[in-house]
Amino acid sequence: MSMASDAAAAAPAPKPGEGGSEVPVLECRNLCISYFTRAGEIPAVVDFNLKLMPGESHGIVGESGCGKSTVALAIMQYMGKNGRIVGGEILFNGRDMREMNEEELRQIRGSQIAMVYQEPMASLNPAMRVGDQLAEVPIYHDGATKEEALARARAMLESVRLPEPDRILRSYPHQISGGQQQRVVIAMALLSSPKLLLLDEPTTALDVTVEAGIVDLIREIADEYGTSMIYISHNLGLILETCDRITVMYSGEAVEVGTVNDVFDAMRHPYTQGLFASIPLPHADKNARPLVAITGQLPLPHERPPGCNFGPRCDHFLAGLCDSGEIPMLPITGDDRHYSRCVRIEEIDWQAAAGEGIVKSAAPPGDVVLKVDEMTKHYEIEEGAIFFAGEKKTVKANERLSFEAREAETVAIVGESGCGKSTFAKVLMGLEEATSGEVLLGNVELGKMPVEKRSPETIAKLQMIFQNPFDTLNPSHTVGGQIARVIKKFGVEKDEEKINQRVLELLDIVKLPRDFAKRRPRQLSGGQKQRVGIARAFAGNPSVVIADEPVSALDVSVQAAVTELLMDIQRENRTTLLFISHDLSVVRYLADRIVVMYLGQIMEQGTTEEIFSPPYHPYTEALLSAVPIADTKVKKRHIVLSGEIPSASNPPEGCPFCTRCPYVIEGTCETVPPPIRAFGPGHLIACHLSEETLKAMQPVIQIGEGPIPAEADRDAEKGEQVSPVAAAESERRSDV
Amino acid sequence: MAVAAEPAPARSLFARLAQPRPALALLLLMWVPLVAYVMFNRQIGDLREVVLLPAIPAALLLYAVAVWSWRESTIAVIGVTLVFFWLLLALSAPYLPLLDPNKPVAPFVTPFTEKNGVFYWLGTDTRGRDMLSRTIWGCQRVIVWGITATVVAYFVGAMLGLIAGYLGGWWDQVVSFLANVLLSFPVMILFILILNYLGPSGFNIVIAVTFSSAPAIMRIVRGLALDVKTRDYIFAAQTRGESALRIMVIELLPNVRGPLIVDACLRLGYTTVAITTLTFLGLGLQPPDPDWGLMIKEASSTALLWKFSYMLLIPALSVSSLILGFNLMADGLREMSLRD
Ligand SMILES: Nc1ncnc2c1ncn2[C@@H]1O[C@H](COP(=O)(O)OP(=O)(O)O)[C@@H](O)[C@H]1O
Ligand code: SF4
Ligand code: SF4
Ligand SMILES: [Mg+2]
Repeated sequence: MSMASDAAAAAPAPKPGEGGSEVPVLECRNLCISYFTRAGEIPAVVDFNLKLMPGESHGIVGESGCGKSTVALAIMQYMGKNGRIVGGEILFNGRDMREMNEEELRQIRGSQIAMVYQEPMASLNPAMRVGDQLAEVPIYHDGATKEEALARARAMLESVRLPEPDRILRSYPHQISGGQQQRVVIAMALLSSPKLLLLDEPTTALDVTVEAGIVDLIREIADEYGTSMIYISHNLGLILETCDRITVMYSGEAVEVGTVNDVFDAMRHPYTQGLFASIPLPHADKNARPLVAITGQLPLPHERPPGCNFGPRCDHFLAGLCDSGEIPMLPITGDDRHYSRCVRIEEIDWQAAAGEGIVKSAAPPGDVVLKVDEMTKHYEIEEGAIFFAGEKKTVKANERLSFEAREAETVAIVGESGCGKSTFAKVLMGLEEATSGEVLLGNVELGKMPVEKRSPETIAKLQMIFQNPFDTLNPSHTVGGQIARVIKKFGVEKDEEKINQRVLELLDIVKLPRDFAKRRPRQLSGGQKQRVGIARAFAGNPSVVIADEPVSALDVSVQAAVTELLMDIQRENRTTLLFISHDLSVVRYLADRIVVMYLGQIMEQGTTEEIFSPPYHPYTEALLSAVPIADTKVKKRHIVLSGEIPSASNPPEGCPFCTRCPYVIEGTCETVPPPIRAFGPGHLIACHLSEETLKAMQPVIQIGEGPIPAEADRDAEKGEQVSPVAAAESERRSDV
Repeated sequence: MAVAAEPAPARSLFARLAQPRPALALLLLMWVPLVAYVMFNRQIGDLREVVLLPAIPAALLLYAVAVWSWRESTIAVIGVTLVFFWLLLALSAPYLPLLDPNKPVAPFVTPFTEKNGVFYWLGTDTRGRDMLSRTIWGCQRVIVWGITATVVAYFVGAMLGLIAGYLGGWWDQVVSFLANVLLSFPVMILFILILNYLGPSGFNIVIAVTFSSAPAIMRIVRGLALDVKTRDYIFAAQTRGESALRIMVIELLPNVRGPLIVDACLRLGYTTVAITTLTFLGLGLQPPDPDWGLMIKEASSTALLWKFSYMLLIPALSVSSLILGFNLMADGLREMSLRD
């Protein structure tokens, strides 16, 4: 660490917000940015103001298309062919960037402002070794020699906490994992010791536990180097963990600006309030805190309403006031530079909850519908030479999965990428055959029965909802036609007239207008497409529905509505729902039971209560700690995993988690498969740790009394660290 | 697809006709009579006198619909106008007051001159046959055989592409290998080999064009299918237990139609060139019936004289304008597909 901070030669970060006389690093004044397309001018960002002091981290949060990236690109002055700043100014260190010439801009972009994008590969040259790419920065900017540059690159890799920096310097980008690539990109950005770091959704493409590591790193950089940061994200929890101040954007405008604490605890804009009410928090379930969806959907940039953009979706809308004229940013008295773009700040009762969530009683689960017993799926792949028979390798995609799902029950399968969720879905749906073990639906064995051999009734009983709304419907057929096909195929109705009737009924059920039957998918928004996907899945009256991350690709404000809808239909039909997800907040909200998977194996399973409270499996514990939580009152135990996820074609012989586990028992965990022990009727944990150790674990998520200031919160966390065993372990690991 | 059958509430007649089903009906109404007239002239007997009559209004309507739906692209409208100009001439040839294209009347009459009380707009050829009449009748054969050959090649190529791309594995290996073998021959050599072996005739041209074009079409479709088959809606159809054939034709094919239509327009151009060249080489359609390639061939010796170069220029310009029409249509469609 010390080498890197020398290189950056940074003074200790001044406390943000202090010293009013200081020149802001970046200031946007009344910034307006438009794209010019065939359809005319698209005002992507309107009247955007931002003041970033040295050492401050500023979060910009908003749903897709609200203009977050456009702001970042405008700051970089990378607007592309059709984008243009049509009003306002951007001051960097007090100078207007629009008056700088190309040469000055290039200079600033390289050495003063650095940007990290969502896709690490967008910033890396695939044909160049990581070391050479990193070394280019000091060579180019500071005229360093090759040796010097490589030494600095190596030091920087260490300071972004990459293991084996020498190996990584020699690697090509594709030879390292996504999380490592993103760390390399951050290292590259830091090498020029920029004054301003722009991060545009830097962790969206990564798994939660990997994300937690990067977020931790970003926070450390801010503390250590005093770099000012703009952190763009759609995730409020991430902003809380990384930033001092926050701008909430909606449909091209900033609607609320303030310190993280003011905005999170005393929000003064109905949209912000709606956003908070519609995201599930991992310490509350559907009974304690029902989600309240924001009605309606985002307006397109050229179809914005007059007056307040949020007007059509706002509960406090007042005709004549909210829809006449420009709504200015108004200051909130008493708070530190807290502004809101709402004319009714004084009149709204901010203590009242945003709308009333409807508390629904849980449906009691019935008999076992689906029973998975020791189900194993291995893929044989041939590696190496093209002409000679290569070495045969076995990818263990699913290893001895066993669990049950009951009627009307929601079972969540939680795990990160590559844990075998999709393979499991494929076996269940009959597109792959299980290598061994059984999958029983009622009394039909499905594991060895491909879909061609299944009877229409069996197929109809098992349906699926997909993740990507843009892929789930066939763009060439009408919405009604696609639902009708399912009804006809499964023989629910035979008569043409009755089929049409059923299609319309299904559209009613998913709360879409009936004339959508004649529309084509491209005329629908993402949330609407996902509703059609749900209608299609339920058209054949299934008894089990597999939902593969059905809302993760949707905008935050429509996620809640789609989630609620799915649960209502499920409750109504007493369907068994297998909900695949990586988001523990959502899972906590809707699941009755949870199965935690890692690298093809089940690590822990139990009721939602059991999973969220100790004893934990070490992986569950890390997963819980990694979930960003948008609540200042929540304290989390801080567990950051080091080590890499092993490849599925070469998993460790013992516990699959042993390469990253902070509790790993050297000599045992690597070689001996962990025993599966029961800690309650259905609560199973696969781990070598003794029962006492597991039972002695402390809860990861705790709700503190009253709001805790973010700074204090963080310091407290750092002191607290993990349990003694883990602390000792991680110390030992960092020594190696 | 029950709901799709109901016509959407459309604003104008054109909008209603531009729907897939009415447009297809119009297309068939135009195309079937033309094929019957040109390919099965002998078989249809006395019907040949009237068979083309309903096709003419169908073509006019179709032209109007095409212009209406492609009005955004000037290039596409110009292209479609050129193509329909020739198409309409082909359809109305029997009903136009033309001289018999095969009857020698007066040799070497230059264009725009009057002889024996008849005005020759485009003159006559070496044997004294009316050039105007021969050009119009000749376009009939070029259009019918050219489009038929392309359609057949497309059908074969697309099916093979779908099989190779969607089924993959062993199927892919066999189909791709055969395609690579065929693609390694120069196109003209392949044509000449096939037509020498099968003998020159319209139907054999179709076979030759299929052999030479289908492999390339197969490759395009295969690539597109490889991409589309990973989509969730295909996965949904598979898990619904749909047959592979239905998935390929109904779920997959419609989603790759954009690039295919553009390629088909270009390929119509190539095929027209190929057919004209083959006739010129004496391997295609046989005399005495008029055909542009044949006209070029017959004029090739006399046209050396500047005075008689019209005999060559007229069919050459005709064929160029038709090909240009197809290419402009392709460009316009591509431009439009890129816009949205
Ligand atoms: N190159 C472009 N041409 C036209 N419109 C664009 C372009 N880039 C973005 N937009 C539009 O500008 C708006 C803001 O986009 P963006 O800044 O990417 O939002 P975000 O990053 O918040 O998701 C969106 O409506 C988007 O469709
Ligand atoms: S200005 Fe009116 S419509 Fe807009 S957020 Fe405030 S109350 Fe709602
Ligand atoms: S078995 Fe060992 S490596 Fe696996 S989770 Fe338990 S302690 Fe960690
Ligand atoms: Mg963005």
